[in-house]
Amino acid sequence: MFAFLVRRLIQAMVVMFVISLISFSIQDNLGDPLREMVGVSVSEAERELLRDELGLNDPFLEQYGRFLSRAIRGDLGDSYFFKRPALEVIMEKFSATMELVLGATLIIVTLSAPIGVYCAINPRSWLSKTLMGLSIVGISVPVFLTAIMLIYVFAIHLGWLPSYGRGDTVMVGFWETGMLTRDGLEHLILPSIALSSIMLPLFIRLIRAEMMECLEQEYIRFAYAKGLDQRRIWFLHALKNTLLPVITVGGVQIGTMIAYTILTETVFQWPGMGFLFLEAVNRTDTPLIIAYMIVVGLIFVITNTVVDLVYGLVNPTVKLAGRGA
Amino acid sequence: MKRMWRGFFDSDLVYHFKRDKVAMVSFSILLTLVLISFSAPLTAPFDPYDPLQIDIMDSDIPPTWSDNGDERFLVGTDAQGRDMLSAMMYGTRISIVIGLFAVALQLVIGITLGLLAGYVGGRVDAFLMRVADIQLSFSTLMVAIVVLAIFQASLGADLYSEYAIFMLIMVIGIAEWPQYARTVRASVLAEKEKEYVDAVRVIGFGPLRIMFRHILPNTLSPILVISTVQVANAIMNEAALSFLGLGMPVNRPSLGSLINSGFEYMLSGSWWITFFPAMVLILLILVINLLGDWLRDVLNPKLYKG
Repeated sequence: MFAFLVRRLIQAMVVMFVISLISFSIQDNLGDPLREMVGVSVSEAERELLRDELGLNDPFLEQYGRFLSRAIRGDLGDSYFFKRPALEVIMEKFSATMELVLGATLIIVTLSAPIGVYCAINPRSWLSKTLMGLSIVGISVPVFLTAIMLIYVFAIHLGWLPSYGRGDTVMVGFWETGMLTRDGLEHLILPSIALSSIMLPLFIRLIRAEMMECLEQEYIRFAYAKGLDQRRIWFLHALKNTLLPVITVGGVQIGTMIAYTILTETVFQWPGMGFLFLEAVNRTDTPLIIAYMIVVGLIFVITNTVVDLVYGLVNPTVKLAGRGA
Repeated sequence: MKRMWRGFFDSDLVYHFKRDKVAMVSFSILLTLVLISFSAPLTAPFDPYDPLQIDIMDSDIPPTWSDNGDERFLVGTDAQGRDMLSAMMYGTRISIVIGLFAVALQLVIGITLGLLAGYVGGRVDAFLMRVADIQLSFSTLMVAIVVLAIFQASLGADLYSEYAIFMLIMVIGIAEWPQYARTVRASVLAEKEKEYVDAVRVIGFGPLRIMFRHILPNTLSPILVISTVQVANAIMNEAALSFLGLGMPVNRPSLGSLINSGFEYMLSGSWWITFFPAMVLILLILVINLLGDWLRDVLNPKLYKG
C-alpha cells in the first residue's frame, strides 16, 4: 500500500510539473505582459528597463523557478481583466461549478443504479428494451444540444424554469451556495439534467453489462444451489461485484464531467469556472487561463488518486503496486 | 478479385448484417448522409463559401413550409442570408472528414505504440502504459479545449481559423491514442504466446514483420469495434469544440459551428438555424453508435474495459 501511495504521488507530481511547464511557457507568449501593464505610450528604452526590472530578460530556468515558487504559494499573478489575483477570481467561481457537478452526480447515482440493475435482471422485458434503446439515443446527443433543447422546451416554451444564471445565493462561511434558496434550486435543475444527460446512459449501460456478466458466474449459480433468496443474490452478491468496475470508470468520468461543465455553463450562462475560462480565452487573460489549468489539473490528479485508493480498499484482491505496469 | 467479393458476401459479417434490421437501416442512413454531404459541391443549391452568392436581404428566412418561407431555401436561411441546406451539406462533410482523419491518426499512433509495448515489453511497456494511464485520466475534451484555447489566443482568431480543421484533427487524434494502444497491447500479449508466432520467429522473420504482418491482423476485430465508436466520439468532440468557438470558423462552418451561430438567434424565434444541423448531427452520431453496437455484438471481442 505504501509503495503504491509513493508511486501515485510521484505520478501526480510529474503531471503537475508538466502542467506548470506548459502554463509557464504560455505566460510570456500569449500577448505581451508589458503592454498589458503600461499600454503602448511608453518608449522602447523605458520598456527595456522595465523588462529588466521585472526579470523578463533572465534565463529561462531562473524565471521558471521564480514562477514555481510563487505558484506553490498560491500566487499566479493578477488577472488582466479583473485586476485581482487570478486564483482568487477562479476560487470564487469554484462553488458554482462544484454544485453543478454535485447536482448532476446526484441524478446519475440515483437513477443509473436502479435502471441498470433492472435492465440486467429483466433483459427481455419491454421496459428494459425501451430503456436500452433510449440510452443509445442518450449517448448520441451532445451535451450542449441537450442543454439547448431543455432551455427551448422548459424555459422558453413552457416557462416553468429559469433559463440562465444561478439565481439567489447565500454565503455559508466561505462557500457561496445556491442550494439553500428556492430560486437557486430552480436554477440548478436544468443545468444539472443537461450535465448528467450523457453520463447517465453511459452508466446505465455499464452497470447493466457488468451485472449481466456477474450473474453468469459460478458463484451466483452456487448461491442459487444453496437455496438463497433471489433478492439476496441480486442485490448483495451480484451488485457488490458489479460496482467495482463502475468505481474506476466513475473516477475517469468525473474528469469528463468537468470538461462538460464548460459546455453546460456556456449554454446556461452559469457563473462557474468553465464560463469564466472561456471568457478569459476570448480576452487573452493569461493569468486566469493558467489559474484555471492548474486548478482543473489538481482536481483531476486528486480525484484519480482517490479513486485508485478507494478501488484498492474495496477490492482486496487488487495488487496496487503493480497496477498498470 | 471476383473471388474476394464472393468471400466478402459469404462472410459471417454480411450474414448477420442481412438479418439485423437496425443495422441495415443505420447503415443506409449513414451511407445517404455520406453521399449527400460528399457530393455537396455538385448538388448543393448554393455555395456557402462564396460570398457573392450570399445576400443579406435573404437573412432569417424560415423553412419553405412556414408562412414567410421562400421556395429557394428549403429549410430557410441563417442570419447572414446563407442557405441552410447547402451550409448543412458542406458542414456535414467537414464533420465527417474531421472524424475520419482524427480516428486515422489515433489508429496510426495507437497501433504502433500498442504493438511496441506488447511485443517489446519490459521498461518500454511500463513507460508507455504509464503515459497512457495519465493521458486517459484527463478527458479528451478537456485537453482539447485547453490546447485549442491556447493556440487560438496565441495565433489570433483570424490566423487560427485558417488552420482550424488541421488543429482539430491533430488534437482529437493525439489525445485518444491510448484507447487503441491499450487494446492492441492486450491482444498482442495474448497472441504473442501462441505457436504461430514462435513458428515465424523460427523461420527467421524480423520483429517488424512479425508485428505488422502476423500479430496485427489477429487484433483487428477489437480495433474495428473501437473505431466505429471513436468516429462517433470524434464527431461529437469536434461539434462541442466548434460550438464553444474553438473549432471551425463561421465562414467555413461544421455542424457544431452552425449550431453555435444559430443558438444566438434561437431565443428570438429563429429555431430552424439550430434545429436542422442539430438533428443531422444527432442522426449521424446515433447511426454510427448503433452500427458500433451491432459490430460489437457480432464480433464479440474481448474489449479492454476502463
